[in-house]
Amino acid sequence: MSLLENNKTSKIGDTEIFISKALRFGVILSAATIGLGLLLLIITRNSGYPGSSFPTSPVQIVKGLFLLKPYAVILTGLLILILTPVFRVGISILTFLKEKDYLYVAITSLVFIILMISFLLGKGE
Amino acid sequence: MITTAIEIFFISILAGFLGSLLGLGGGIIIIPTLTLLLGIDIKYAIGASIVSVIATSSGSAIAYLKEKITNVRVGMFLEIATTTGALTGAFIAGLVNTKYLYLIFGILLLYSALNMFKRRKEELPKEFAPHPLANKLKLCGAYYDQSLSKEVTYNVTGIYGGFGMMYVAGIISGLLGIGSGIFKVMAMDTFMKLPMKVSTATSNFMIGVTAAASAGIYLTRGYIDPKIAAPVALGVLLGATLGTKVMQRLRSTTLRMIFIPVLLYVSIEMIIKGVWL
Repeated sequence: MSLLENNKTSKIGDTEIFISKALRFGVILSAATIGLGLLLLIITRNSGYPGSSFPTSPVQIVKGLFLLKPYAVILTGLLILILTPVFRVGISILTFLKEKDYLYVAITSLVFIILMISFLLGKGE
Repeated sequence: MITTAIEIFFISILAGFLGSLLGLGGGIIIIPTLTLLLGIDIKYAIGASIVSVIATSSGSAIAYLKEKITNVRVGMFLEIATTTGALTGAFIAGLVNTKYLYLIFGILLLYSALNMFKRRKEELPKEFAPHPLANKLKLCGAYYDQSLSKEVTYNVTGIYGGFGMMYVAGIISGLLGIGSGIFKVMAMDTFMKLPMKVSTATSNFMIGVTAAASAGIYLTRGYIDPKIAAPVALGVLLGATLGTKVMQRLRSTTLRMIFIPVLLYVSIEMIIKGVWL
């Protein structure tokens, strides 16, 4: 790659590396939490919930997490994983803002808003 | 219970590996193996498949972004179409007959399998002038291809067609819950003429967002069973990490040869559903 090309693409490269690092943080945190939950489940041989039931709302999950219930710890890890793409869109808005690429600040914000709308609609169902 | 978890873990490694190579979510492996092979209830298999899509997307994007194979701007721009498409899909669910949708999109996939077969020897797209909008949106890009040992610069065309196809991809994944990745790869490869590796990596980057939007509903409906979803998440993350290393060393022609049978399988499955459903 020539020096000139390198200069031209360096800014875009920074965005990608920053988003990549943010995603790596989210993924490692999620995998570690799921791993911890599995470990607790194997050690205690008790999911923390009656029968084969498990919590199905973020509030219940967080409550169970504070009591270190194995299923709640696993679900917290899964919740972190589910949120990584949303978090990624949010981070992208900030990096485009830093680059003063306002067209893409607008595009990414639009995606973020549509995502929030679908989250709210899903809740109302 | 532990043996089932280990089986799910190994199946998920395979799903993550294939998904990260081809830009798909791994649902085509997770759903049939979990239901048919392990006898798991379809609703938990669907929940696991959503987790698999997100794990493939986030897990492989770490490497593809770092290596600059993913085109972030193309991904972000097209996400407007996929997210609005998914919203539209949620609105019109119940109003349209899915039988015809399966048929129409099954045939469309079959056509694109043939189209891809015709171009099976094409390593990189032929040269063409970029679409004027591609320059305005700064969509053209470059990546270093490890298998060719050279920098590949590429243009982007067919913006309207690609954007339209992405909107449709959003609608059908919202309506039918399938094809999150396959239609995205098709839109970028066939319409926008991006290099195969950029298409699969960017599809991978995008599929997580659409899946995350619907994951909340599946969680509150109780589809995400921790004892199934945990080995899926860990297995897929591992498989996707391995897959990103392999994909960079593969020729695009090899990737196509893996993609074509998958495309054929999904299209035939959809056509069958359209006829008998």
